[in-house]
Amino acid sequence: MITSLNPASHTLSNHTVQSARAGLQSGAFSAVELTTAYLERIHGLNPRLNAFITVADEAALAQARAADQRIARGDTSPLLGIPLGLKDVLSTSGLRTTAGSRILENYIPVWDATVVARLRAAGAVFVGKCNTDEFAMGSTTENSGYGVTRNPHDESRVPGGSSGGPAAAVAADLCVAAIGTDTGGSVRTPAAFCGITGLKNSYGRVSRYGVLAYGSSLDSVGVLARNAMDAALVNGIIAGHDPSDATCVDIPVPNYAGEIETSTNLRGLKVGVPREYFVDGLQREVRDGIQTGIKQLEALGARIVEVSLPNTSLALSVYYMIAPAEVSSNLSRFDGVRYGLRVSGHDLVDMVCNTRTQGFGPEAKRRIMLGTYALSAGYYDAYYTRAQKVRTLIKRDFERAFEQVDVMVSPITPTTAFKIGEKADDPITMYLTDVFTVSMNLAGTCGLSVPCGKDDAGLPIGMQVMGPWMGESTVLKVAQAFQQAVGYGSYIV
Amino acid sequence: MLTPAEVERIAHLARLTITDDEKVLYARQLSQVLAYAEQLALVNVDGVAATATVLPVHSILRSGDRVSPSLSREDALRNAPRTDGISFEVPAALTDED
Repeated sequence: MITSLNPASHTLSNHTVQSARAGLQSGAFSAVELTTAYLERIHGLNPRLNAFITVADEAALAQARAADQRIARGDTSPLLGIPLGLKDVLSTSGLRTTAGSRILENYIPVWDATVVARLRAAGAVFVGKCNTDEFAMGSTTENSGYGVTRNPHDESRVPGGSSGGPAAAVAADLCVAAIGTDTGGSVRTPAAFCGITGLKNSYGRVSRYGVLAYGSSLDSVGVLARNAMDAALVNGIIAGHDPSDATCVDIPVPNYAGEIETSTNLRGLKVGVPREYFVDGLQREVRDGIQTGIKQLEALGARIVEVSLPNTSLALSVYYMIAPAEVSSNLSRFDGVRYGLRVSGHDLVDMVCNTRTQGFGPEAKRRIMLGTYALSAGYYDAYYTRAQKVRTLIKRDFERAFEQVDVMVSPITPTTAFKIGEKADDPITMYLTDVFTVSMNLAGTCGLSVPCGKDDAGLPIGMQVMGPWMGESTVLKVAQAFQQAVGYGSYIV
Repeated sequence: MLTPAEVERIAHLARLTITDDEKVLYARQLSQVLAYAEQLALVNVDGVAATATVLPVHSILRSGDRVSPSLSREDALRNAPRTDGISFEVPAALTDED
């Protein structure tokens, strides 16, 4: 089903942030009624989709009751009473946070991630913690320690990853919007595979305090939503400086929703089409879908020009050196001492080895070992330092391109959603899923995935809109104008 | 091409225990990724600085630091697998032979 950009505000389903707010504000329903309806759908569908690892019935209803009180007092905050999903890498005080790993099966944080605290203060309702590849390492959610999430559009297929749980939850109307993270495409790929809008923020735009770390020079927090306006509304709450995160920069946060509200044409905008992103092996319908999308942008008044990102073919190699190196370091903290699983051993080292061996899944082990190797004596310069230098070249590609154009447009993935298990046994084939998304993380820039059609099997196609560092308003404006023109924001099941 | 023995060494550095079958499997898979990444060796990076972070970072003097509330001991220990109520408990790190 294609979603209306302005759904009815009196029902208890199929809401955008705006329509749910309108319904709450008009008194058509209460936050408790709305939350109850979403929780009921979760309990009905989650056994099939596995989009949530933990459903937070009681906490959500308590938040909803508090939201109703605020609404009664005249509070009109943009997310007040809105049911949201949280990727299970975001720390939630008092609510289990697993990062998709068995090593954290019983971990209950004692503080909120800054993003969670801001949403909580804004009156949002957290219906649950969404499935993810273990520590966000994957492109399909097949690496979760809690089972794969199924794509609502075809349950035999992957939802993308690593934010596959949040994306599937939004696409199946199990929450209005969700928070994800993107280290190499983990917001954009599931958004594309599930037919929704996924915003990847610039590096440093959103605090990562309390977000379980994967690749610290790459990780960014993002939004999965039904349309650009919803993403803008949520991003306006979560973005901004945080003294608890030294990598979160102190740059004023634009009024994203206000800035894109009037975006109905793209006159004066220069859109670059990077030739390296239209390679052999691109699924025919994906290529056609993006070309049609580009024509739509042109019809909206944008000027389309070809650009080049000459080092694109090196990005995956750089990513799969740097990200594992960083994760091997980040995951060293899981040693069975302060939190998480402990498996006994005859001495300290034995206990640590037993804990990590039993607690981590195969992909986590693969990347930890790859990173350990890349950082080990004798190989550090050849692998890690060299990858960091090539990263500089990739970053320069983007800087040069954005001297010529305002945004760039490309596919998100070479294909639409593939079958569960199809690529699970071959790391290289799997990693190629990320070929169009990892560069932006290496460059630190922002972008989003916007639905732009379906393939012959009825599976959604995602168009990537890439913007410069801190260019969130621009990419959201493009998505907003595009969605207004085509008349839909997402494909909801 | 990594050998199973090299994989065993890496696993030990990473504090992971792997079976003989896994040594063979990971040797093959890690070698595939390393072979793919060999393309980086062909790139001319003379005079190119390494990017560790994309942010325009600069040194910050910490003169403005102020003590603020942080985790209580009780909260810090709340998720510990073993604790005596004051500290984290771990198995012996040193044995008699050490």
